[in-house]
Amino acid sequence: MASKIIIPDFRKTPPVDQVGVEERVARFTTRSVKKSSKMEGLKMVLSMIDLTTLEGKDTEGKVKQMCYKAAHLHDVIPGIPTVAAVCVYPSMVKTAKEALKGTSIKVASVSTAFPSGQSTPEIKILDTKFAVENGADEIDMVISRGEFLSGNYNFVFDEIASIKEACGKARLKVIFETGELSTLDNVRRASDLAMYAGADFIKTSTGKISPAATMPVTLVMLEAIRDYYYLTGRMVGMKPAGGISTSKLALQYLIMVNETLGSAWLSNEWFRFGASSLANDVLMQIAKETHGVYQSSDYFSKD
Amino acid sequence: MERLEIQKTYKIFIGGQFPRTESGRYYSLKNKKGEVLANICQSSRKDFRNAEVAARSAQSGWSSRAAFNRAQILYRVAEILEGRKDQFISELIVQGSSSAAARVEVEMAIDRMVYYSGWCDKFQQVFSAVNPVASSHFNFSVPEPTGVVAVIADEKSSLLGLVTAIAPIIAGGNTCVVLASESKPLCAVTFSEVLNTSDLPGGVVNIITGSAQELHTHFSSHMDVNAMVYYRDDKAQIKTIKENAALNVKRVFVYKENIFSEDHANPYYITDLQEIKTTWHPIENIGSAKAGY
Repeated sequence: MASKIIIPDFRKTPPVDQVGVEERVARFTTRSVKKSSKMEGLKMVLSMIDLTTLEGKDTEGKVKQMCYKAAHLHDVIPGIPTVAAVCVYPSMVKTAKEALKGTSIKVASVSTAFPSGQSTPEIKILDTKFAVENGADEIDMVISRGEFLSGNYNFVFDEIASIKEACGKARLKVIFETGELSTLDNVRRASDLAMYAGADFIKTSTGKISPAATMPVTLVMLEAIRDYYYLTGRMVGMKPAGGISTSKLALQYLIMVNETLGSAWLSNEWFRFGASSLANDVLMQIAKETHGVYQSSDYFSKD
Repeated sequence: MERLEIQKTYKIFIGGQFPRTESGRYYSLKNKKGEVLANICQSSRKDFRNAEVAARSAQSGWSSRAAFNRAQILYRVAEILEGRKDQFISELIVQGSSSAAARVEVEMAIDRMVYYSGWCDKFQQVFSAVNPVASSHFNFSVPEPTGVVAVIADEKSSLLGLVTAIAPIIAGGNTCVVLASESKPLCAVTFSEVLNTSDLPGGVVNIITGSAQELHTHFSSHMDVNAMVYYRDDKAQIKTIKENAALNVKRVFVYKENIFSEDHANPYYITDLQEIKTTWHPIENIGSAKAGY
């Protein structure tokens, strides 16, 4: 299949109608999801979360604690799924892998000099190989935004392709840091470029820059995935990350995925949320639906 | 051509803003002659929830402010109330008070605000203690704010009941969500405007209008509310509130004293909504000085 794909000229990526995108997005926020469908939606959101800790102050203890939470979100209420994956720095992959032994939760590792990506290609490949050798199931790489914005698309394309090669069996998520790309046209171009270069997932942001994931940016990326799927028949996953902290917003993202790509993408194989505080808000909503009263964060574990 | 008077839209007060109720519901407030005075928001449990979230996020900032600064802000509220005295008096008259009674109520409300303003930086000293203990510890107890307080305010007074409820709560560093009088809600909305122009941070006081019968269960069952204050005398509601409060062991206070009584100017209304924290601070046992050192 891959050999038949003709790589297009990325300078001719279709332009994005910003006003149209914003109006379309506004429609997604008007759907009413209640009662049992809300419950199912909330559980689906939980199962799609990449529980994330990416801080300089991370320790083994913190990572182990987060891994425990990933597997035991809120044992008080039965039938709650686990999250999809935990997302950590390469140095913590081994710890996370060990802590998650016996569960189906994946370990994702950021790499390629995350979050800036300002390093040499050799170091980026080494960084990736280190994470994979330590057992990472998924790699979240950042692109060189500086090169991309200067128009060196070939450089970015080769960068992604070489990391994809270094990943081996691990799935590759490509982070654009859309907060630095300024326009939706650039987001669309980066999406096309990454998918043709071999990305298994495209991801909005590192979470270190504001704005992080927004609905318009995500819609543009989803539409790029759809067009790419029609052309090549290959499914690519989507991961908005950063800034999604409420259940209401998460459900609106699911609605957007369903109405743009269809229900085939509504599983944690093809859609993820990169978030650290979203899980607790969803749990509080589930507890509210279960017990009938509004909840307090005092009764939910912090990490 | 005769000028068309601009009618005021009475809205609710959440997080320093004036939204309409998310439910879109309203009830018409009528005077004795049956004329409609205003359409008032019939707040829903979701409005209460939004107000609670605003109160919770404002809580740590408000309680960590210098007590003296809280006093300044409460005094500022009194100043602005004084400046808008005539507006409150005319609103009370519209809602059925005589002009003499209206003036008394507004003046009492202002004075009560000033009274509690004065207590902001004093109650902590008065109600703290250094405790004698039989070990080498410096042991002391201080009151700390309970957190978020849900209030169902007095039904019979429009302004004084509200001020009487709010002043001791915020003087002590708590934040609150208040349900105003259902039959006399006009001053609540106008009082929100006073709060909003008094340097009071958004979310410290949130005021909603509507029915206590509908909302008291939600006020008392919310897990993120730390205390509940009730100023009415519906026995069934009091019973439900006390039962629901057990869910997260909320403190419940039912105040039945006449709102016009001077007993309401009383620092114990502040300390009701304080938790006593006792600290054991180890000290060196030097020579024969022992714990008294």
